[in-house]
Amino acid sequence: MPQQRVVLKNCGVIDPRRIETYLERDGFKALAKVRREMTREQVTDEIKASGLRGRGGAGFPTGIKWEGARQAPGEEKYVICNADEGEVGTFKDRYILERDPFTLIEAMAIAGYAIGAKQGYIYLRAEYHHLFDLLQNAINQAKKSGYLDGFRIEIREGAGAYICGEESALMDSIEGKRGESRYRPPFPTTSGLWGKPTIINNVETLMNIPQIILNGAGWFSQMGTERSKGTKVFSISGDVENPGVYELVLGSPLRELVEDLASAKDIKLIQIGGATGRILPYEKIDTPLAFETVLGAGAVTVYNRSRDVIDIVYRTMEFLAEESCGKCTPCRQGTEVMVEILEKFHRGEGREQDIRNLEALSQVMMLTSLCGLGQAAPNAVMDTLQYFKDAYKKRVVV
Amino acid sequence: MSEKGISTLGREGLILRLKEAQSKFGYVPQEVMAELAQSLEIPINEVYGVASFYSFLSTRPLGRNVIRICRSLPCYLKGAQTVIEAVEKELGIKPGETTPDGRFSFQLANCIGLCDQAPAMLINQDAHVELTPEKITQILRMYK
Ligand SMILES: Cc1cc2nc3c(=O)[nH]c(=O)nc-3n(C[C@H](O)[C@H](O)[C@H](O)COP(=O)(O)O)c2cc1C
Ligand code: FES
Repeated sequence: MPQQRVVLKNCGVIDPRRIETYLERDGFKALAKVRREMTREQVTDEIKASGLRGRGGAGFPTGIKWEGARQAPGEEKYVICNADEGEVGTFKDRYILERDPFTLIEAMAIAGYAIGAKQGYIYLRAEYHHLFDLLQNAINQAKKSGYLDGFRIEIREGAGAYICGEESALMDSIEGKRGESRYRPPFPTTSGLWGKPTIINNVETLMNIPQIILNGAGWFSQMGTERSKGTKVFSISGDVENPGVYELVLGSPLRELVEDLASAKDIKLIQIGGATGRILPYEKIDTPLAFETVLGAGAVTVYNRSRDVIDIVYRTMEFLAEESCGKCTPCRQGTEVMVEILEKFHRGEGREQDIRNLEALSQVMMLTSLCGLGQAAPNAVMDTLQYFKDAYKKRVVV
Repeated sequence: MSEKGISTLGREGLILRLKEAQSKFGYVPQEVMAELAQSLEIPINEVYGVASFYSFLSTRPLGRNVIRICRSLPCYLKGAQTVIEAVEKELGIKPGETTPDGRFSFQLANCIGLCDQAPAMLINQDAHVELTPEKITQILRMYK
């Protein structure tokens, strides 16, 4: 399956500092269309019919989320764009924001119309402060040209915390608090920011919206697999010759991305979805990239044969232990204990019992953690125990 | 913003105001936290809880320039360790420390979203990419 530019359509083509160049490429036509000829219900129905699912990692159907917020009672509602992009190995949202901030702004305005919100926030990670002026300039230009009448977009900057990419922690952070995950239900669509109905979507998810409106749900749902429609933007890095951002139709084989496009050689394993993602051995290189197999937010990190499996898993777990918000015990303590055990293997001092402990602890964390961080934290451990058990066994003291 | 209650508005601004203090003083002094607690009518430990939660806020004084070298896996694979060592050598300090003249603080960071140009670092708000030990001297010279 070929590369296909849907999300990245304008990247490298328009001048992100000049709205005129966006207008020349059908810019703000989708917004005009929904305002002129579609009811709110028709908009959410169209998104639902397209099959679009969230690109921030969890893959929740976007149309269902929007419908929930549209139907939720309340005068005050919010649209949030999640530009926190903290997952290890992900940089596609940065790439998009640098090159095409206008599509995002148009999409947020469409979302505002669809659910009946007058206020939108872009939550931008502190590490991306270098994008702030460009984004603010784009918002100002859209406002001056009258495209944001009745809908206000503000940028809120993070202050350095991976967990703030998790939607409920993100909302706490906008409210000026520590970014800690919330218990759910209630869900954001009925009780989100300041307890009001809120939709929160990843940058890339929103980037699809204007074209779905203009070209129709049918056009969009032709691309992809049964349960994964459209394209996905991948961030590929690590042991590859051509790291960078590539957009592929969903369902494309991992091999196409890793070997054909990024020119990786001598591959040992591939981590898909960053620190909370999955690990596949080279033998699985023909796996299709889709929600029903492996995807996450599309971070693909390639490791060649010179790399040490235990080192990779240990460093992954160190990251998660450091970034756990600490609110729930299974995640806070579980990641710490896993770091301790993995460190023993790192030193070559593991025990057989440690392997069983890792397996048991993985189960507990997956079942009982409050949010996706703790639930997905054991992925790297479990996958490598499945595919690379020898790497552990070799580090057991006898 | 008038449609929101005053209390939420004040609370909402806490991180922004802490960041303001951070850029003004190079850290969030205790007196500032006390003032914020009073004006927002929240306990000081809540203010401290926020200030200590985020890695871009510091409750201890930092240098005029803050170096954050990415140590996450994609950068690590591309030799971040040699860059870290080059900075240590150049400045004579370890991660977590500040130079005696207060010019630099040096920290290790998790992925900063520049993995396609690894290894990468931030100095203050500026991104520096495709680093090598050789480039470090020249880059550091730009910060006074
Ligand atoms: C630990 C953790 C970190 C996350 N980080 C991000 C992130 O940086 N960006 C993002 O869009 N979603 C992130 N998510 C997913 C969000 O919680 C949420 O599902 C997403 O923003 C919803 O938007 P979408 O449906 O458009 O993907 C994270 C989730 C977890 C559990
Ligand atoms: S791993 Fe260093 S920038 Fe992503």
